[in-house]
Amino acid sequence: MLQLSGVTKSYGGRRALDGVSFDVRPGRLTGFVGGNGAGKTTTMRIVLGVLGKDSGTVTLDGTEVTASDRRRFGYMPEERGLYPKMKVLEHIVYLARLHGFSKADATTRARALLEQLGLGERLDDNVETLSLGNQQRAQIAAALVHDPEVLILDEPFSGLDPLAVDVVAGVLQERAAAGAAVLFSSHQLDVVERLCDDLVIIAGGTIRAAGARDTLRAQHSTRRFELVSTGDAGWLRSEPGVDVLDFDGGFAVFDADSDETAQRVLRRAVAQGDVASFAPQHPSLAQIFKEVIQ
Amino acid sequence: MSSAPAAGLGAPQAIWLVAEREIASKLRSKAFVISTAILLLGALVLVIWGGFQAANQTGTPVAVTADAQQYVEGLPGLEVTEVADKAAAEALVTDGTVDAAVVGDSASPTGFTVVADDSAPTQLMLTLAQLPPVELLNPEGGQAAALGYIAAIGFGIVFLLAASLFGSTIAQSVVEEKQTRVVELLISAIPVRSLLAGKVIGNTILAMAQILLLASIAIIGLTVTDQTALLQGLGAPIAWFSIFFLFGFILLASLFAAAASMVSRQEDIGSTTMPITMLIMAPYFLVIFFNDNPLVLTIMSYVPFSAPVGMPMRIFLGQAQWWEPLVSLVILIATCVAAILVAARIYQNSLLRMGGRVKLTEALAG
Repeated sequence: MLQLSGVTKSYGGRRALDGVSFDVRPGRLTGFVGGNGAGKTTTMRIVLGVLGKDSGTVTLDGTEVTASDRRRFGYMPEERGLYPKMKVLEHIVYLARLHGFSKADATTRARALLEQLGLGERLDDNVETLSLGNQQRAQIAAALVHDPEVLILDEPFSGLDPLAVDVVAGVLQERAAAGAAVLFSSHQLDVVERLCDDLVIIAGGTIRAAGARDTLRAQHSTRRFELVSTGDAGWLRSEPGVDVLDFDGGFAVFDADSDETAQRVLRRAVAQGDVASFAPQHPSLAQIFKEVIQ
Repeated sequence: MSSAPAAGLGAPQAIWLVAEREIASKLRSKAFVISTAILLLGALVLVIWGGFQAANQTGTPVAVTADAQQYVEGLPGLEVTEVADKAAAEALVTDGTVDAAVVGDSASPTGFTVVADDSAPTQLMLTLAQLPPVELLNPEGGQAAALGYIAAIGFGIVFLLAASLFGSTIAQSVVEEKQTRVVELLISAIPVRSLLAGKVIGNTILAMAQILLLASIAIIGLTVTDQTALLQGLGAPIAWFSIFFLFGFILLASLFAAAASMVSRQEDIGSTTMPITMLIMAPYFLVIFFNDNPLVLTIMSYVPFSAPVGMPMRIFLGQAQWWEPLVSLVILIATCVAAILVAARIYQNSLLRMGGRVKLTEALAG
């Protein structure tokens, strides 16, 4: 497990990170969410060792991360970049070899990975001739080719079309299933919500929330329910303990003051007519995000 | 598939991988291959042209009347045309067929007169003059002095071209990595020092290969065109030049890499590499203006930045004692080590600072 504990970093007089602590567990996808300038990139760079920290620790399985541990980290920097005049396959092979693979082994891996990412046709094209989306895929290959134990990806989905998002998401899930600890940041909260097992929310250089996605959701849920029925749901307004938020014929969204109230509402709805659906509404990640960063 | 080797990559392998990529990407650049071919071709043409000049050396054309025949008999360097009388000789001088005429003249104390158009050819006058015999105690040095200027230009220009070509190559390559941000990936895989060392070594290998190719073309060319006298004088200086160039270039390449790492865009390279470019130009101009000034040459031959030009010049001119190149080489290597340490520090501290130019004090402090 990768653990950050009390990590602090200042640029000049400005404090970019203040006591940042969270865990990235193996076998799980951890979403890292925060606004612009919240400290995501700085945190990731510190984990990768490309940036020094002022204080705090970054440990892997209990011991401070060393340079040789980091050889088994995969990294996709926020600022994308590969050598423009290198061929795609050759480039990924080069990076795999820098991570310690033999030439033959590196070539096998790079070819397989690029094909999986849909770049099989472009192996011998220069990086600069690829479209932005394809360069992005090559960048992901660069982060994954050495089969890292820890993956740190800064905005891996930005600039990808929905199909490519699915391809990349699939690859990341596969890596997590194989036991890698995956930390990825994104502004696309819907994608994070769909993918991640754990969630870390950062704002102004401090961690505002961290933990399993479902736990966070439960913590922030407000007994909000959605009712879809055939009858007119107008009676809800006069029901005690119910606060109607949205209403349209048989459709209503309401907050209940207790679980008993919710059950009572359901029984009455069934008595009034056919109920097509009655379900608790979990807060979306976007809602949780807005709530915790305030 | 096996998983990544636990120990990762050793420093020597990492350095070599980086060096290998530097070399491969340069050899793939058409501009580089073509400019190298032109440079080598130029050197070849120069050597062969020199050979023909030496082989085709013809004498000064002179017209000689019958009564002056005795004075030019057996003299070297003259191409004699016999004419009937003074009038015929003057006609040939006027229309330019000959440079001068030697005609008998009883009024002259030497018994003859030289007729020329607007000035008498020096070559002819020296040949005809009654000079006292000269005994040279050190005949080798005499020949070298005449060729000194050419050798000075040769060493100076080769150093200037190769150092600035590969110096700017390494500078551009450093900024390319910074500008395309690939550097962040690289230094998450290998230590910054290995990256710097690989880049310096890769470019040094390319630069040395070019220097050795030039040197062998010069040596083979001189041998083939039978200019063995020149070859004897130039052999040792060329060998020393190659050795000095090796360390001199490592020194410059480290500084170029460090200077380039302080900027983020190709357009800004000049602002930080300018002082180093001056260091490369200086030996070229100094050796051209002062190749006959022993004091300046001696200073040049010990200052690390000009030693690759200054020391071979002094060896060529026979001014250096046997131990002098060795001392100068030690000074150069020591400077080289110091420069690498400072360069590594600047490089490490500047690599991830994007945007404006990094101040030297910040780059050194970290």
